[in-house]
Amino acid sequence: MTLDIVQMVLVTVLTAATPLILAAIGELVAERSGVLNLGTEGMMVLGAAAGFAVATETGSTLAGALGGAGAGLALSGLFAILTVGLAANQVASGLALTILGLGLSGLVGTGYVGMKRDPAPHLHLAGLSDLPLVGDLLFGQDAFVYVAVALVLGVWWFLGRSRAGLVLRAIGDDHTATHALGLPVRKVRVLAVLFGGACAGLAGAYLSLAYTPFWSPGMTAGRGWIALALVVFASWRPLRVAAGALLFGGATVLQLHAQAAGLGLPGQALSALPYVATILALVLLSLGRRQGGSLAPAALGREFTPHR
Amino acid sequence: MRLDLSPRARRSAVLSALSPVIAFAGAVLVGGIAVALLGVAPGAAFTTYFVIPLSEVWSLQEVALKAAPLALVATGLAFCFRASLWNIGAEGQFVVGGLAGGWIGVATQGAEGFTAWILPTMLAAGTLAGLAYAMIPALLKVRLGVSEILTSLMLVYVAELLLDYMARGPLRDPAGFNFPQSVPFDPAARLPYLMEGDTLHAGVLIALAAVIVATLVLARTLFGFEVRVVGAAPRAARFAGFSDARLTLAVFAISGAAAGLAGICEVAGKIGQLQPTISPGYGFTAIIVAFLGRLSPPGILVAAGVIALTTIGGESAQIDLKLPLDLTRAFQGLLLAFVLGADVLARYRVRLVPGGPRRTA
Amino acid sequence: MAAVPSPAAGTAPLYGAYGIVKRFGDFKANDGVDLEIRAGEIHALLGENGAGKSTLMKILYGLLEPTEGVVTHKGDIVQLPDPEAARAIGIGMVFQHFSLCENLTVAENIALVMPKTLSGRALAERIAALGAAYGLHLDPARPVWSLSAGERQRIEIVRCLLQDPRLVILDEPTSVLTPGEAEQLFSVLERLRDEGRALLYISHRLDEVRRLCTRATILRHGRVVGACDPQGESARSLAALMVGAQVGAVTGRAGAALGPPRLVLDRLSLPAPGLHGTALADIRLTVRGGEILGVAGVAGNGQAEFFSALSGETAAARAEAVVVDGAAVGRLDINARRRRGAAFVPEERNGHAAAPGMSLSENAVLSRHATAPLARFGLLRRGAARTLAAAVIAAFDVRKAGPDPAAGTLSGGNLQKFVVGREIQAEPGVLVVNQPTWGVDASAAARIRQALIDLAARGAALLVISQDLDELFEIASRIAVLHAGTLSEPVPAGETTREAVGLLMGGSHA
Repeated sequence: MTLDIVQMVLVTVLTAATPLILAAIGELVAERSGVLNLGTEGMMVLGAAAGFAVATETGSTLAGALGGAGAGLALSGLFAILTVGLAANQVASGLALTILGLGLSGLVGTGYVGMKRDPAPHLHLAGLSDLPLVGDLLFGQDAFVYVAVALVLGVWWFLGRSRAGLVLRAIGDDHTATHALGLPVRKVRVLAVLFGGACAGLAGAYLSLAYTPFWSPGMTAGRGWIALALVVFASWRPLRVAAGALLFGGATVLQLHAQAAGLGLPGQALSALPYVATILALVLLSLGRRQGGSLAPAALGREFTPHR
Repeated sequence: MRLDLSPRARRSAVLSALSPVIAFAGAVLVGGIAVALLGVAPGAAFTTYFVIPLSEVWSLQEVALKAAPLALVATGLAFCFRASLWNIGAEGQFVVGGLAGGWIGVATQGAEGFTAWILPTMLAAGTLAGLAYAMIPALLKVRLGVSEILTSLMLVYVAELLLDYMARGPLRDPAGFNFPQSVPFDPAARLPYLMEGDTLHAGVLIALAAVIVATLVLARTLFGFEVRVVGAAPRAARFAGFSDARLTLAVFAISGAAAGLAGICEVAGKIGQLQPTISPGYGFTAIIVAFLGRLSPPGILVAAGVIALTTIGGESAQIDLKLPLDLTRAFQGLLLAFVLGADVLARYRVRLVPGGPRRTA
Repeated sequence: MAAVPSPAAGTAPLYGAYGIVKRFGDFKANDGVDLEIRAGEIHALLGENGAGKSTLMKILYGLLEPTEGVVTHKGDIVQLPDPEAARAIGIGMVFQHFSLCENLTVAENIALVMPKTLSGRALAERIAALGAAYGLHLDPARPVWSLSAGERQRIEIVRCLLQDPRLVILDEPTSVLTPGEAEQLFSVLERLRDEGRALLYISHRLDEVRRLCTRATILRHGRVVGACDPQGESARSLAALMVGAQVGAVTGRAGAALGPPRLVLDRLSLPAPGLHGTALADIRLTVRGGEILGVAGVAGNGQAEFFSALSGETAAARAEAVVVDGAAVGRLDINARRRRGAAFVPEERNGHAAAPGMSLSENAVLSRHATAPLARFGLLRRGAARTLAAAVIAAFDVRKAGPDPAAGTLSGGNLQKFVVGREIQAEPGVLVVNQPTWGVDASAAARIRQALIDLAARGAALLVISQDLDELFEIASRIAVLHAGTLSEPVPAGETTREAVGLLMGGSHA
């Protein structure tokens, strides 16, 4: 009985963490290549709207997930053209992307407000899924969760072990030097941004297809921004992103339970908790960091214009 | 073919002025295609968005009322953005300003006798509250090196929830049938109208004054020079003896104060009471306005007018043409993207060069 | 000079470049350049800064596309759209500004340009083998930021040699090396030559070129102005070819009549700024009025930190650590130091000494707003700023286009004259200059050096940080060496030699 409650809480933490993991791991790859894309929130919310719309029209959750990822990818393509192609300011372009994404998601989602569909199917393995404590947690989740885990491990391997990952890290460290060596700086950055966009779109699709599961305008509620903070918090390391997202998911679950338990605190105070927690996390991180050393990719946010 | 960008030694003045126009034309073109896809004739939509609001007195007033807070907030943000500091929490500073000033309006409701102090105090309180709220990300950046982008944005959500709580809780009108809003302010707590029987209030003049002052400060003062140098060449600014920390605090103070003032002007001018929501996203839209206006106050004034126009036009388009309001927001986001993209023309010589096999002699 | 591979020369050269033109906008960086490189030779490419050497070498390495002209390999015309293509036909390159990623390890930096199939272990073995063969020892696991300039250059060379190049291009390879390190490099280069490889050696240091090279191509203003055997030429004749005219030597010499101490450093120490900086340790120094103290040293030994501590861009821990004309200013900022009669010229013109996008009059305000009447009650006096800029422009013969152009539109030499002139116009009692003539043409350099000597003669104390020993021996009355953040005891320039200073630059306290 108590084991079931523990497992239930852990499962809720995992579900709350999944969209953050998905969005943050994509952003991490873009940032390791030296591009700061602040448009995560916009790509995520568009992914949520597009994902729900496609899933409703086709009746397929898979098609919806792909649709959401595709929408995020398309939006990040615009960002890549602006920042990598035209060397536009990355911060401002990211904000433009957020505003555009929020607007477009409203357009795409208009006809779907108030609709409901079944949540994404969960895995069920006879025997394994029924194990006490860990059965549901490990073997009873929807595909998004497993994809998120696979992406974290994949990105960890890619950045640390593969040659392409080495090239990406090198470009994020010094685009002038890597360009002089003849490495394709802009191509790699475009690909990294697109990957980040697809991940953010998928994170959004998870919200509307598995987490809630319905579409409502602005439903990401700042999760894209929290994902951005997580990347900083995780010092640009993939495994730490997952750990941070789980911590954050835990805080969210705590807040929901506190709200349900009725602690006498106003609901708004509890709703503000994730945002305050994000600020506190960033403050604690910088307090704990040694003076002078920054862990950010050295070329992060800098414009690059090769000319031949 | 490949895009080749070579930096200009100095921004081209002509292209600097022209690029927002090009961007606007591009965004209108794409917007027109989107409208056509939604089944509405683009010509009719263009008229509804950009022509009709300019043809009637009441809608012109509405445009001015929308443009004023946008211009005020964006002018403050221009100081930040010029110095490459990213206060994207103006929405929160706007809300906190409106809340702090509005609180005085609520508290003084029904006051008798000498009441001339109320409005100035409200304006001052709103300005200071916005300033103080902006100091949080500024101090965290200066003292601890925390990214101001994320903290200022997170504080927007906190401010919105705070206002929501106050308007539904402590400051709710007890005689208001449980409607989530405060008592209406007394006339002494309202910004005066410019013309009898119209909606145009004195907030418009405040915004106008702010734009003029900001223009002079940026062009003619040592502080304005400091802001420009820090953005253009940070190491040269240190060589000039300008302190990063001091400037960060100063520009955040300016932008926070401007947003807070805009917030209380909205509350004391247009709304006249506290509500759970007082801003339709002015703080975010002002970011678009700031860039569309090339971070120069006069340009911002024009840009605020254009954006206000699309917002008012968007409202009539929703009624007349059944076009969703989100179309306006998407258009504004697209416009900012185009502005940023078109800026490349002013900063670089752009050429298309053949990327295939080279010509041989 | 042939416009096509010349059959008269016998067999085709290993590599050739013919009729190379490269335009940047209206500017021709290369204007019809021909160059032939043969196996087993060290070929010098000589020229002043801005003569077009770097442009030509980037074209050979596939980093730039020529506007006109062809590159040949063994007589066949080749296309070099990117460095990969250049590497494929055996061209390798050792960059002047190292193209290394600071936060990656040595092995990772090398792996970036190696074939995709090479495993990490195999790569480490090859690095070790090559290191043993040529005396180029490296620890593959070290991050680059922790290495000295000499070690970084070793990475560049190893990275280049691992690809077994037939032609190695070296761009100003000794500019960051101590004389001892340079000697080691020369023996590696001679070995490579003896193995039958071709080397293209780009330099403006004539002694090195005469020691190493048997053929030289000389560039001036983007054109080939001569070809010769450097070993049959004198340094003077080579210099005349490079510069195109005799450059007058400076007249007068500082240090004739010494005044009172004007700049005193007492146990100046500073922690390293960040991971990649150098700490300053216990620097003591006195500079008197009328003298120029030269600070020699290899780049990266704390010059930037030293300058920053003197200027006040970084404050010292104790006020007495820096004393200007008797006032302890160690805790004061740059403008407070300026008000006490100090002035400063940083190394980097664009972005540090001047804001390139701003006009010259605005750049006058930049460093002079505290010491000239350029603002009143916080309001800028734009007329006064224009007058000040015009005075500097006239006094230093700054060539510019338009009445008040952006600083970035000036050539390097003219902007440097403006930047130095701006400070000298204040008649400072103490002037600190970091690399006064770095990357400046010879006539502007001569003018700047003369102005520094004249200022000292008027009683000012000057401290000049420079990597150019020739410059220091020309203008300084005493010379000290900055090595790893510590300063050696200054010695009179007339009582020391380049060799002695060179030893100190390498860190040996003889």
